[in-house]
Amino acid sequence: MKILVAISNVPDTTTKIQFTDGDTKFNAAGVTFVINPYDEWYALVRALELKEANLAEKVTLIHVGAADSEATIRKGLALGADDAVRIDSEGGDAFFVADQIATYAKANGYDLILVGKETINYNGSSVGAMIAGVLDLPFVSLATKLDMAGNKATVEHDIDGGTQVVECELPLVVSCAKGMAEQRIPNMRGIMAARTKPLTVVPANGTAPLTSIKSFALSAGRTTVKLIDENNIDELVNLLHTEAKVI
Amino acid sequence: MSVLVYIEINKGRVKKASLECVNYAAKIAELTNSSVTALVNNADAAQLEEIGKAGAAKILSVKNDKLNSDGMFVSAAVEQAAKAENVKVIVFAFDLTGKAAAPRLSAKLKAGLVAGAVDYPTVNGNAFEVKKNVFSGKATAVYSINTDVKIISLLPNSFPVKLGENKATVSDFNVDLSSIASKIVVKETKSTDVGGMIPLPEAELVVSAGRGLKAPENWGIVEDLAKTLGATTACSRPVSDMHWRPHHEHVGQTGIAIRPNLYIAIGISGAIQHLAGVNGSKTIVVINNDKEAPFFKSADYGIVGDAFTVVPKLTEALKKFKANQN
Ligand SMILES: Cc1cc2nc3c(=O)[nH]c(=O)nc-3n(C[C@H](O)[C@H](O)[C@H](O)COP(=O)(O)OP(=O)(O)OC[C@H]3O[C@@H](n4cnc5c(N)ncnc54)[C@H](O)[C@@H]3O)c2cc1C
Ligand SMILES: Nc1ncnc2c1ncn2[C@@H]1O[C@H](COP(=O)(O)O)[C@@H](O)[C@H]1O
Repeated sequence: MKILVAISNVPDTTTKIQFTDGDTKFNAAGVTFVINPYDEWYALVRALELKEANLAEKVTLIHVGAADSEATIRKGLALGADDAVRIDSEGGDAFFVADQIATYAKANGYDLILVGKETINYNGSSVGAMIAGVLDLPFVSLATKLDMAGNKATVEHDIDGGTQVVECELPLVVSCAKGMAEQRIPNMRGIMAARTKPLTVVPANGTAPLTSIKSFALSAGRTTVKLIDENNIDELVNLLHTEAKVI
Repeated sequence: MSVLVYIEINKGRVKKASLECVNYAAKIAELTNSSVTALVNNADAAQLEEIGKAGAAKILSVKNDKLNSDGMFVSAAVEQAAKAENVKVIVFAFDLTGKAAAPRLSAKLKAGLVAGAVDYPTVNGNAFEVKKNVFSGKATAVYSINTDVKIISLLPNSFPVKLGENKATVSDFNVDLSSIASKIVVKETKSTDVGGMIPLPEAELVVSAGRGLKAPENWGIVEDLAKTLGATTACSRPVSDMHWRPHHEHVGQTGIAIRPNLYIAIGISGAIQHLAGVNGSKTIVVINNDKEAPFFKSADYGIVGDAFTVVPKLTEALKKFKANQN
């Protein structure tokens, strides 16, 4: 069984967001990029654990994007993935990305496709279910546990107001959330090994995106905080009732 | 032509997020000169009436338990309804079902999806422009959808629900799910509801606490406050990492993103990754003993003080307030 882990390349969580070109593009100048936390901490680490437990033969990373994301891909290899594929493109929407991953997964016989719960830049939570849609595969969203026995996956995932344990035969697409695994730090040996691991670049298929971004705007911040003395707490209750109108 | 909305019933009620979607679809219908058709599974007469009041002209009533088990079935049911009704716009809630079904349907129909919309679309000929949050709430982006069929999933709690006098016509709708081979077998379902609290993503009032509370056994004051308010409890990431609180309470960049009307943050410093999950809240109250805590910069109201004295006082003040209101 081979696992394909989809990783996206996102601005580090502490990035101060700015836009350029008349607010039509994200300003990447001076920004540190990382593997999307859900993809790294949960999807990739769980895939590596399954391999270490001899429940998977191979863990391949896939990224849809331009050459400047290769440093991020190498970090995934340093954590222990066997090889990586970059579908060469300037990006596109969730459908474009999903269709690229689906095409590759199908042609190369991946049985388990793991994605993150969502990217922290576009927050779409869409790519996983779209891959499943293109390939007509089952999809389990927001998995917090994943185990394999032969060809069968047991997945615990969030549902409205609770959790559910499901079983599903492979092939399967799973989106990964907190609980699946713990964050790992790459060690020196991993970092050295990553330099020579295969990173294949594949051209994009001809799919067109279905949506496009016209413009960005920064969210309005809050005005100054109203401080209330702790001995005057009725005042807070009163403000919440009459001013904020939330109670 | 009509705007199709997928509605869910949860715990005997039409989900609030679903009613928001009906209102939202009614606005799109107004903008595009069409009407709202709602697709709902296992609804009773009162629930059907409520969906009508929210603005649906027509309700397709389905009875099929498969729809509760796998987004694949929901996607197929909505696809069939969309074909039957010549639908150009499909609205889901950006909730767990919407996250599983809407993207699948988008890929199937090659219909552009905006996931997590926060505003009404601007209709520009055959193109829709829809705003959504990006960069975990630090910014918004306007997406353009040009495809013939458009799918929008609406971020819960973006609009208040309005119910009017409208009555919908109801017809039974048979979905044919026989050709869909779902291999997903449900083994066990566990409820994480404690004391009947509203699930976090839908909660309008949230009381959240962080490492400032020092130890899990100190959560009593947080729970008392939440109970008095009728709020749902949440926590910061280190708190759930240390297993002081369950994982599903973790809010923030790597937990869940919420946007309640009121978010009370107790002993939470206000790290950027925490804010990313809560900055959509309408009103934020911060209680922290360090007046330099960064969270005060992102709060509407603040109390500088020790949580262990301030929180019980706040609970008492709220009890008094509630008693006076009755
Ligand atoms: C990639 C990444 C993703 C992350 N994702 C998340 C996320 O999703 N959610 C999240 O929450 N964090 C996340 N974090 C962690 C985040 O950076 C912070 O470390 C975390 O939010 C801090 O939690 P805290 O505020 O509870 O604890 P602390 O930062 O330790 O703050 C405790 C606060 O309590 C106050 N305090 C202490 N005693 C009292 C008292 N008696 N009364 C009142 N106040 C008191 C202190 O003044 C302090 O401000 C992430 C970090 C990274 C790197
Ligand atoms: N450009 C990309 N390349 C590879 N995987 C991606 C890309 N974008 C998103 N993904 C995967 O899809 C998941 C969900 O992304 P999204 O739908 O954008 O929130 C991410 O957590 C990744 O696992």
